[in-house]
Amino acid sequence: MSKDDADLSRRRFLTAATTVVGGVGVAAALVPFISYMAPSDRAKAAGAPVEADISKIEPGEKITVLWRGKPVWVVRRTPDMLERLKKIGDRLRDPNSEVPQQPEYAKNVFRSRKPEYLVAVGICTHLGCSPTYRPEVGPEDLGADWPGGFFCPCHGSRFDLAGRVFKNVPAPTNLVIPPYKYLSESLLLIGDDKGAA
Amino acid sequence: MMEKKPNALLTWIDARFPLSKMWKEHLSEYYAPKNFNFWYFFGSLALLVLVIQIVTGIFLVMNYKPSATEAFASVEYIMRDVPWGNLIRYMHSTGASAFFIVVYLHMFRGLMYGSYQKPRELIWIFGMLIYVALMAEAFMGYLLPWGQMSFWGAQVIINLFGAISEPLAEWIRGDFVIADATLNRFFSFHVIAVPLILLGLVVAHIIALHEVGSNNPDGIDIKANKDENGIPKDGIPFHPYYTVKDIVGVVVFLIFFFAVVFFKPEFWGWFLEKDNFIPADPLKTPEHIVPLWYFTPFYAILRAVPSQLGGVLMMGAAIIMLFLLPWLDRGKVRSIRYRGGIYKTMLTLFVISFLALGYLGTQPATPILTNFARVFTIIYFVFFLAMPWYTRIDRTKPVPERVTFK
Repeated sequence: MSKDDADLSRRRFLTAATTVVGGVGVAAALVPFISYMAPSDRAKAAGAPVEADISKIEPGEKITVLWRGKPVWVVRRTPDMLERLKKIGDRLRDPNSEVPQQPEYAKNVFRSRKPEYLVAVGICTHLGCSPTYRPEVGPEDLGADWPGGFFCPCHGSRFDLAGRVFKNVPAPTNLVIPPYKYLSESLLLIGDDKGAA
Repeated sequence: MMEKKPNALLTWIDARFPLSKMWKEHLSEYYAPKNFNFWYFFGSLALLVLVIQIVTGIFLVMNYKPSATEAFASVEYIMRDVPWGNLIRYMHSTGASAFFIVVYLHMFRGLMYGSYQKPRELIWIFGMLIYVALMAEAFMGYLLPWGQMSFWGAQVIINLFGAISEPLAEWIRGDFVIADATLNRFFSFHVIAVPLILLGLVVAHIIALHEVGSNNPDGIDIKANKDENGIPKDGIPFHPYYTVKDIVGVVVFLIFFFAVVFFKPEFWGWFLEKDNFIPADPLKTPEHIVPLWYFTPFYAILRAVPSQLGGVLMMGAAIIMLFLLPWLDRGKVRSIRYRGGIYKTMLTLFVISFLALGYLGTQPATPILTNFARVFTIIYFVFFLAMPWYTRIDRTKPVPERVTFK
């Protein structure tokens, strides 16, 4: 067939149509492969809420609960500790928890449902290390103005006893407060807050 | 050269597959400049290390178990109970560091002699892609022993993606935390996907090199001076001249390589970190998380930036800069031998800052050291960003017609 006989516009249309259909096919084929890498149903089930008994925590003490493989801290804060939290707002990056790192009910100065108990994910918001609990006031290595809180040994980030980040440290935001609710006075459910008062 | 009778088998093959043609094109009639020096060992050495890694890797996989509950124990099993298992594993772990030593020296050679300049931009780009693939390969391989540093190192790096978007980090991990799913996919990438990409890139790197021809320490285009047969006057066939030379390099390299494998495989914590002999524990962060030495310059840049996203972007930019090198350099000459004082000073400062960042990346981030890291980060970027300017005004020396031997 000579070139003159060819219907070029028809040929162009067929080429374009084949390319588009083929492209859609490739894009559709990508869906299962990309989805394959998302957390599986079992991983999601393992991320189900966990209960924590808080009746045995002494004032000033911290317990760690595992939720979704992450350490979740429950700290029973003393009235002294709560008092100090109110005074250090000017040294914090986000004292009023403007950045959405917590459920709505934890957007207060104590970042908790009940001031006495702090529930926070114990993973530094900088690069995922687990900070250490340093409740003492003014220890030698952290300086005389240390009000008690959490210190990350990896890159030196500092948080107060409400998980609020100090200024001039690498961590950009406050610690994450997970969704939680009180099942009773002494029992917490971490990972779910639906239907809570 | 003596005349050879055409070999019947070879003739039969050549009619069906270009065997003789490829042998000539890439070895016996590939004319390389005759003034190659010490710095030209590292390309072939990189190829050697790649082979070592693939071969030892194949054998390690025979006994390794990519499961969060079994991985650490299976590595210890290889070390203690499998015949010669410790040798194979230490060859692989030392090979990882050796790969980066060789590749960094190979890249520095390119910087010194302007080997990335026109018309070798694509060789450089392929080389950079190899470097990035190598970093991915090393990073994912380091998770597999499932030690404390494996786990927490991966935690830190994957959270860099979390800084961009948390669902992205979940997609990479396949879980809400680093878990069995993460280990399994990293294993898959480490032993299948990335090696395939690496091999493809190495082939592309060499094909591009053989298309335009090798640069040399004088940065002269040897194809500009050809004899009556069309062969560059300053060129010698790669085989046998450089194959033999490279074998000498291989022998010397292997002496050092096996000295480390036999006597100091952890290399005082630089090749295998002490914390990685403790099984991974998601609830206990090591006192001081350090990536392996070959990542520390970029890690220092990451930490030098006060904002998290900014740090991630700066770290990415530090690597992008290297990709852009062929277009940042406006110098009239290739080789450092004929460059002026400004380029030599800048290159020296760059090397110092790269090494200093590498050191700072291994140290705890105290305020003083962080300030040092900031200064060196600035020098690192100035080397690249000011390059179009200082390479243009630099006073270069005249380049000779023919290659020299210094």
